[in-house]
This record gives sequence, structure tokens and C-alpha cells, in this order.
Amino acid sequence: MKPRQQRALWIVLTVFLAGAGTAMTLNAFQDNMLYFHSPADIVGTELEHSTRPFRLGGLVEQGSYSATGVSHRFQVTDGAKILAVHYTGLMPALFREGQGVIAEGHMEKGVFVANKILAKHDETYMPPEVAKALKEQGHWKQNQEEYKP
Amino acid sequence: MFSFYANPTRFLRLKERVSPWLLLLAVAALGAGIVWGLFFSPPDYQQGETVRIMYLHVPFAWMSMFCYAWLAASAALYLIYAHRLADLLAQAFARVGAILTLMCLLTGSIWGKPTWGTWWVWDARLTSVLLMFFLYIAYCLLRAREESGKRAAILALLGAVNLPVIKFSVDWWNTLHQPASISRLSSPAIHPDLLWPLLLCAGGLLALTLWLSMAWVETLWREARVLRREAQHD
Repeated sequence: MKPRQQRALWIVLTVFLAGAGTAMTLNAFQDNMLYFHSPADIVGTELEHSTRPFRLGGLVEQGSYSATGVSHRFQVTDGAKILAVHYTGLMPALFREGQGVIAEGHMEKGVFVANKILAKHDETYMPPEVAKALKEQGHWKQNQEEYKP
Repeated sequence: MFSFYANPTRFLRLKERVSPWLLLLAVAALGAGIVWGLFFSPPDYQQGETVRIMYLHVPFAWMSMFCYAWLAASAALYLIYAHRLADLLAQAFARVGAILTLMCLLTGSIWGKPTWGTWWVWDARLTSVLLMFFLYIAYCLLRAREESGKRAAILALLGAVNLPVIKFSVDWWNTLHQPASISRLSSPAIHPDLLWPLLLCAGGLLALTLWLSMAWVETLWREARVLRREAQHD
């Protein structure tokens, strides 16, 4: 084998091993790499009764949101389980029923008490008129509220 | 063709010929894309006017990864063939890539505040992009400190493992960052009215990236030649 081929082989091997090592490390730390837990990870597991702070993520359940002043109550769902959330403070502009949300906080008697709310948005982008037309034609998957200028 | 242009003098001649066209293309496409994106494209049904940051943020993100792919490829070629031009290309792409990554992080942060409600979170996507920025900086610092550039090239090569992590972080883990809108060109999740200015901006930034990188190769090449001549006279 020529030295040049030898070097190429070394490079391929090194990158492959580094990749495999990274993949195994990331796999081992799978749970720690998650930015948030979904309600199904919480309801009925030890997280439900733990006092440590963590992040909850999911969709805001339709019709579950109510607020008095800066005290907000809503439910977060992942399709499987539902968890009630209580939050006192200002909501981000993109917070909507049917849209994604991430809450930082802890569990208190079966309710997730949040001290920070982040709004998640999905990968769909379209003009408001198109969203309206889709809705009128009945091609709308979720009953999302929309941006109103 | 590859070995033909592996000669720096020939590469610089190619650069002289291509450069003006690349710059023209960059200015035209970026100008048209930004004007279209800022003034003529519709707002988004959820985000409203804020969505216009996308026309800068997404091209910056794409090109920052494009540059790293070239940095890693050049580093591999340099390690295998020990060719001067591969080393120069690696250095050029590292400099341009570092700036693009920084711009991606800054525009992303400015977009994150009004939409998510935060400037920064340590989720897998944002953290892996920040890691790429540090890799660029580390490569540049290491390259400046050694004569041969071998150790820097090895670092750049190992850092390439981070590229698929960036790309798939939004699919592998729960992240605040949304998944890719354009994974298949046949049915992107972006309406054409918003997609066209985005593609124009991306094309323009690609031309600008290539133009800048080629200019850096020439600068580094001339700098090295001056240094060599000075060394001979001493």
C-alpha cells in the first residue's frame, strides 16, 4: 500500500471511530439530551411526585386556557396524557391553544407549576390568507388561533 | 480536473475569471431576495412580521454548515496529499465559516426572543451549532500556531462528526428549535410566497461565501509568498 493510501485509510478509520464514539456517547446520555419531557413521561412515573425542577413540553390543549390577570392556567397534552399547568407571569406572544409550548418548573400536588413559559413553533410557514383559505376548504388539521396584525 | 486546479497559480487564474461573476451574482440575488423578503413577501400566519428574520437566519445556517463540510474535506485532502492549496482552502473556509456561524447564532437569538420568548436555550440544536462555532475558532487558533497545519487539520476532521448531529438534532431529541421545513424539495413546509425570497437569499449568500473564500485563498497565498521571500533574504 502506498503511503498516500495508508493515510487515507487512517483518516477514514479515525473519522469512523470518532463518529461511532460520539453516537454511543450521545445514545448513553439520551435522556439528558432531551430539552423537555412530555406529559406521558411524567404522569404515572416517579417524575410526577418528584420535587426537582424540569421542563415540560407539548401542545396546549384546546379550550383549556384561562387567565385572571397574570395568573394563567392551561393543560399540556402529547396526545397520550394530559397535565395541568399553572403559571404566573407574562406569556410569550406565540402562546396559543393548539400550539407547542415548553414550561420550566416543578410538580406540586399533580399540577406543574411553571416559572417560565417558552412558545414552540412548528416548521410550517404560510401567509395568513392561505391559512384562512385552507380553513374554509376544510383542509385544516388543528383549530389553531392565528396571528392578527 | 481536480488535479489540474490543485496548482495554486492555476487556481488563482480560475479565481480571477470567476470572482467578478460570483460577486455580481451575490449582490443581485441577495439584494433581490432581501428586498422581496422584507417588503413584498407576506407575513406568516403565526409569527406575523417576525418571520422575515428567516430570510437571513436560514441562509446563514446553511452556509455555515456548507463551509464546515468544505473545511473538513480540505483538511482530509491536506492530510492525504499534503497539498498546499488544500491547506489554504481549509483556512479560507474556516474564516468565512466562523463569521457565518456567528451571524447564524446572532440572527437566531434575535428571532428567538419574540417567537419563543428567550434569547438562548441549551437545547441540542443551539448547543451543537455553538460547538461548531468553537470548532472554527479552535481550528483558526491552532492553525496560526503551527507551521505544518497537521494538528489543526486533524481537529477540523474530527469536528466533522458534529455536522450530522447539528442536522438531525431536531429529529433525534426534543428541542425548542423546530424541525427542518425543507427536507424534501418536492413538498417543503414553507409556502412558495415565503420560499422564493428565501431561496434567492440562500443562492446569493452561497455566491458571496465562495467569493469570500476564494479571496481569502489568494490573500493567504500571497502572504505566504512574501514571508518565504523575506526568509530567503535574511
